[in-house]
Amino acid sequence: MCPRIREPGGRAAVSEPERLISPDEVRHVARLARLALDDDEVDRYAVQLSAILEHVDAVRRLDTAGVPPTAHPLPVDNVLRPDTEAPSLHRATVLAQAPAVEDDRFRVPRIMGEAP
Amino acid sequence: MTAKQSRGLGSVSEIAASVRSGEVSARSVLDKALQRVGELEGDLHCFNEVTTEKATADADAVDRMVASGADPGPLAGVPIALKDNLCTEGIPTTCSSRILAGWRPPYDATAVARLRIAGAVLVGKTNLDEFAMGSSTENSAFGPTRNPWDPTCVPGGSSGGSAAAVASGMVPLAFGTDTGGSIRQPASLCGVVGVKPTYGVVSRYGLIAFASSLDQIGPFAATVADAALGLEVVAGHDPMDSTSLDRPAPSILASLGDGVSGLRVGIVEDFLSDVSPECSAAVAAAGEALAAGGAKVEHVAIPEVLLGLPAYYVIAPAEASSNLSRYDGVRYGLRVDGPDVETMNARTRGEGFGAEVKRRIMIGTYALSAGYYDAYYGQAQKARTLLIRAFETAYRTFDVLLTPTTPSVAFPFGSKVDDPIEMYLCDLCSIPSNLAGHPAVTVPFALSPEGLPVGVQVLAPALGEALMMRVAASLEQAAPPGARGPVTP
Repeated sequence: MCPRIREPGGRAAVSEPERLISPDEVRHVARLARLALDDDEVDRYAVQLSAILEHVDAVRRLDTAGVPPTAHPLPVDNVLRPDTEAPSLHRATVLAQAPAVEDDRFRVPRIMGEAP
Repeated sequence: MTAKQSRGLGSVSEIAASVRSGEVSARSVLDKALQRVGELEGDLHCFNEVTTEKATADADAVDRMVASGADPGPLAGVPIALKDNLCTEGIPTTCSSRILAGWRPPYDATAVARLRIAGAVLVGKTNLDEFAMGSSTENSAFGPTRNPWDPTCVPGGSSGGSAAAVASGMVPLAFGTDTGGSIRQPASLCGVVGVKPTYGVVSRYGLIAFASSLDQIGPFAATVADAALGLEVVAGHDPMDSTSLDRPAPSILASLGDGVSGLRVGIVEDFLSDVSPECSAAVAAAGEALAAGGAKVEHVAIPEVLLGLPAYYVIAPAEASSNLSRYDGVRYGLRVDGPDVETMNARTRGEGFGAEVKRRIMIGTYALSAGYYDAYYGQAQKARTLLIRAFETAYRTFDVLLTPTTPSVAFPFGSKVDDPIEMYLCDLCSIPSNLAGHPAVTVPFALSPEGLPVGVQVLAPALGEALMMRVAASLEQAAPPGARGPVTP
């Protein structure tokens, strides 16, 4: 029912899936993204992410010599506002929904490798 | 198929006019809306939260304004629903995610504030695919929404709750967000009108970010005129969003009835072989209808549109992986504790996010990571340029373009949810407009053999909303009766 992507020109871009991402790479990327994954998730994402990368391969293989990148669709830049004081959210409002608060600050578990 | 046509609550403009004149109270309109929600919500699950108490107070406030001779605004007493990724002060805003369950924003999104000022009455926050990532609402942490035309089918997504709420006549107007088709695809699957405005026309302040260079807020309604009115209310410059266009909001309603005589319409042929027969047939019929109205209709090849999907599935996850880094268990939302801060962050995110959100964060992190940035993200940004240039070329010959909205009609629950790429393909025809920043609208135009709605899509160049909606209004006139909501399941 659903279509397959063709490249401009009509050539089929989807080839036999090959394993592009290993479980170790999934663990590495999950660490970068601060996502705790269980072993099942690691295995599943290794297969699925490989399939997705396979699918976006038309972009990787595209001839883009001399083509500038577009980060943003609008010709709008350097938007500044006057540097004047204005009310902001109250500290109590902001802290009210934090998971843990201490002395008017966000409380988190220890950050350094050793206990204080 | 048991869905029956319904008038719902009536049109947005009728409701507002009768409330403003004092002929009908906002409270009585709200009561009808709440009654319909009460009848249908158990079957459809459009809402994450129905805000009965606050809605009642807001409707009473509108009625007091009318009684005192003041004008409550162009949406006086109109019950509306808002996708649950739009911040509403004091009202839970969850993005249908466990990680934000119960969070109450300390401020209103700009679009929400403008709707309130216009006299609209918020009935509730609608269900979505978690963080707007999906095309079926099956990725909601709080359970899926069902399609009012056939409750065994998905309503589309990610704004499935807003689409189904309008399609079932619970509210005449709702708002969603569209990053790759999340307004247009569910609108098409639910037989209603859905608009993705030009990037920068509606402020994103208070819209919980998914992919910031693509996200736009837009309306759902049963008719083109009601959608146009809703869009006019929320559009316009906002200093709180640095990507907001600093120009007057588009005036759409004034020229809605001007017809299509003399307009040059291009049918984009590159999608037609990739969609189901009823979807391509609807486009052909829509082209004939516009030609009958005096438009010059021709086929056009824009092969670069097929770069849209692969470019999007690099760019959108890359932006999402960055935007969603804020859910770290520190300032708001869920925290799952750990012995140190990194473990706490990772456990919070591992438990708080669902499978699709994690998948996209992983793809985006991979595409932005050392060694892959140029090959994927850099290349996708250049593909985006090629797509924009191809549209620019097409718009030298054509005023608007016509395409299918979706590759198929509404599909059964579970049929795509385990195959990410099948699901991603649902946005094939809608994604190019987001990458280009252009406006697009879907109009219900046909019924499939199973009796499910089929939409067609009109595309226009940046800030071409007035022309685009004019064409949509002509298509609406030509569509067979019975092809659009509201319906009673």
